[in-house]
Amino acid sequence: MNLKTFPGGLHPPDSKHSAANAIEICPLPEELVIPMSQHIGAPADACVAVGDLVKKGQVIANAKGFVSVPIHASSSGEVIAVEPRLHPMGKALPSVVIKPDGEDCWDESLQGSDPANLSADELKNLIRDAGIVGMGGATFPAHVKLSPPEDKKIEILIINGVECEPFLTADHRLMLEESERILDGIDILRKVLGIERAVIGIEANKPDAIEKLTREGATRKIEVQALEVKYPQGAEKQLIDAITGRQVPSGTLPMEVGVVVQNVGTAAAVSDAIRLGRPLVERVATVTGPGINQPKNLLIRIGTPLSLMVEQCGGLNGDPAKIIMGGPMMGQTQLSLDIPAIRGTSGLLIFRKQDLPKLETGPCIRCGRCITACPIHLQPTTIAAYARLDMVDEAEDYHALDCIECGCCTYICPATLPLVQSIRHIKGGIMAKKRTI
Amino acid sequence: MLAAILSLGGIGLVAAAALGVAAKKFAVEVDPREAAILEVLPGANCGACGLPGCGGYAKAVVNGTFAPNLCTPGGAETVEKIAHILGVEAITADPKVAVVLCQGDNGKATEKYRYLGLEDCNAAQKIADGPKACPGGCLGLGTCERVCPFGAIEITPDGLAVISREKCTGCEKCISVCPRKVIRMTPLDATTHVLCNSHDKGPLVRKYCQVGCIGCTICKKNAPDAYKIENFLAEVIYEHHSEAAEVLEKCPTKCIRDFSTGYPEGSSFPPPTVPVKPAQVD
Repeated sequence: MNLKTFPGGLHPPDSKHSAANAIEICPLPEELVIPMSQHIGAPADACVAVGDLVKKGQVIANAKGFVSVPIHASSSGEVIAVEPRLHPMGKALPSVVIKPDGEDCWDESLQGSDPANLSADELKNLIRDAGIVGMGGATFPAHVKLSPPEDKKIEILIINGVECEPFLTADHRLMLEESERILDGIDILRKVLGIERAVIGIEANKPDAIEKLTREGATRKIEVQALEVKYPQGAEKQLIDAITGRQVPSGTLPMEVGVVVQNVGTAAAVSDAIRLGRPLVERVATVTGPGINQPKNLLIRIGTPLSLMVEQCGGLNGDPAKIIMGGPMMGQTQLSLDIPAIRGTSGLLIFRKQDLPKLETGPCIRCGRCITACPIHLQPTTIAAYARLDMVDEAEDYHALDCIECGCCTYICPATLPLVQSIRHIKGGIMAKKRTI
Repeated sequence: MLAAILSLGGIGLVAAAALGVAAKKFAVEVDPREAAILEVLPGANCGACGLPGCGGYAKAVVNGTFAPNLCTPGGAETVEKIAHILGVEAITADPKVAVVLCQGDNGKATEKYRYLGLEDCNAAQKIADGPKACPGGCLGLGTCERVCPFGAIEITPDGLAVISREKCTGCEKCISVCPRKVIRMTPLDATTHVLCNSHDKGPLVRKYCQVGCIGCTICKKNAPDAYKIENFLAEVIYEHHSEAAEVLEKCPTKCIRDFSTGYPEGSSFPPPTVPVKPAQVD
C-alpha cells in the first residue's frame, strides 16, 4: 500500500482496545445537561424557560453571530433548569437542563428533503440550522468552513477518518457501521462546495475501514487515501500536507490552499440533517482506558453525564486518578464524572494512579527531540523558555501562534518539561497583547 | 624597537589630546541634580514610579514631569533626599507593605485537582479557575516571587507565598501579577491582618480550608472598631489597627495573624522586628 504522511510526529502506543466493539446505544439519563457553549465561537442564547416541554430535536438555544450554531434538545421532556452548570471547560457555564419523559419522540415539524432539489446555499443553511460542528473534537461550526470567500477557490474536500489519537475508535466504528451515511454526507458537502474531488484519509491501522470505503466510494468517485500510522496524522494541516503535499501558510486557514477538511462524523451528521431533517443531538464516543471495565463505543445523546457512560461500560476498574474527555494527547482533563458529554466529546478515558507516569521534571538537556517531533517545525523548547520568562514578543517571533497544541513535544521530552502547556500559556499572552494594541 | 615605542607612544599622545579636546568641546550638558538624584535612588529599576528605570525617573523629576515622592522602594528617606536636592519640601506618604491574605498552604487547604503544568499562577488559574478549591487562596506557584525586584517574597515548602515586612518596599509589582488578587497593600505599622481572601459562606470555607475566615463575626463583636465583615469575610479597619490584635485568640479558625509574633508556618523569614514607624497612640 502506498502510505502518505507528513514530516515530524511520533508513534505513541495505539491502545485501540475497543476497535472490535460495535456501537451501542447509551440509555436515557435522569437528566440531560446541555451547555450553551459546545462549539468554537459565541455561545448560543437559550430560548426556553423552566417548565417548557420540549421535543427531541427542538431548538433550545439560538446561534449568536456567524461563528455560532443553534443547540437542540437531545430528548423529549421538561426543562427543569436554565442555569450555570459544570462544563467540561472546568467552569460553571450557562446550560439548559432537561428531565427526559422517556418517550424520546422527535419534533414532528422536522422534515427531511432530497438534496438534489436544494441549492448549495439552502443546503448550507440547513447544515447551520442543524447545529453541525466539526465532530473531530475541535467543534468548529461546519457552515463557516463551507463558506469560503469569493476569491478562494476550493478544489479538494478532505474527509478526516484518521483518528490518530490513541485509544479512540469512535470514527473507526462509524466508518464500518455507517459508511452509507458518511458517503451520502460527502456527496452533499461536495454539492455545497461545488467541487468534484473528495478524498477520505484513513490511517493504515484501520484496513477494514479502508477496504470498505474504497469499495463503496468507487461508484461515487470518492477516493480513499491510506496514511502512515503516526500522531498527529489527523491534525487538519498535517492531513492536508500528507494528502496533497500543500502546506497551509502560517496564520491562514486550509481554504488558502484550496482545501476544506471535515471529519467523517461531520459528514454523517450532514446526511442526517438533510435527508431526515434531524439536527445534531447525538454522537459516537469511545469510553475506554485502564480504569474502565469494558471499553465500548457508545452512541450518546448530547448532555449525557459521563457517569452514565462509565456505568454503561461495566463501571470503574479501581479509583480514577485522571479523567480525560477526548483523546489522551489533546483531550481535556475533567474535575469529576458529573459533567455532561458535549458535541466535541469523541471519547472518555479513565486512568488509575498506577497507569500514570511519575513525572519528575528536570532541566532541558538540549536533546532536540521536541524539535524533531514538532509537526509544525517549531522550536518548542525555545518558546517554552520564553514562556517561563513571560517574554511575549520573543515567543511570537518564534511563531508560537502556529502551535497546534498536539502535545508531541511534551510526550517526547525526556526531562518531562511541560512544553505544550507553556506554549499554550504564552499563546494566551500573545493574543491578550494583540487585543490591547 | 625604539622607533616602535616612540611612534606608538606618539600616536597615543596625539589621540589622547584629541579625545580630551573633544570631551570638552562636545560635552553634553547634564543637570547635576539629575546625577545627584540617581545617586540617592535605590537602583533597583523596579518601575514602581511608573517609569522603566531609576535613570528615567531621575530625569523626569528634574524636568518636573514626575513628582519627587513616587519612589516607594526608597521610602521617606529617599524622598527627603530628592526634595533636598531639588530644594522643595518633602511630602511623604505613610510607608506601605504588601501582605498575602492567605494561610491555606497545601497542608491546610484542599485541592480541586492536581496541577502539573507550567509553574506559574496565571497559567494554573486558566485551568478550571486554578487547582485550589478556594476561589481566592494563594496558588503558591511563585509568579509574585519571580517578579519581586527585592527578593522579598518566598514560597514555603507547602506552597504559600509569604512577604517579608523588612524587604518589601511597597513597589506593588506583585499586586498586578497575582491572578487571585490575594496580595494587598497595607500600612507598615499595621501588623494584624485577617489572612483570608474567600468570600464564600462559612460552611463552604470549612469544607476546603482549615484556616479560612468563616465570617462568624466574633472579631467584630469583640473589637467593633477594628473589624468589618463584608460578604462573609472579616477585614481589619486599618485606621484602628492597634485594637485588632486584642481578639487574636478568640478567632475560631485562627485566620487572624499578628505579624509581630512571626510569619505564617513554613516561612524561613525571621520574625519581623518592630515596625519602622511606631504604632500611633491616640
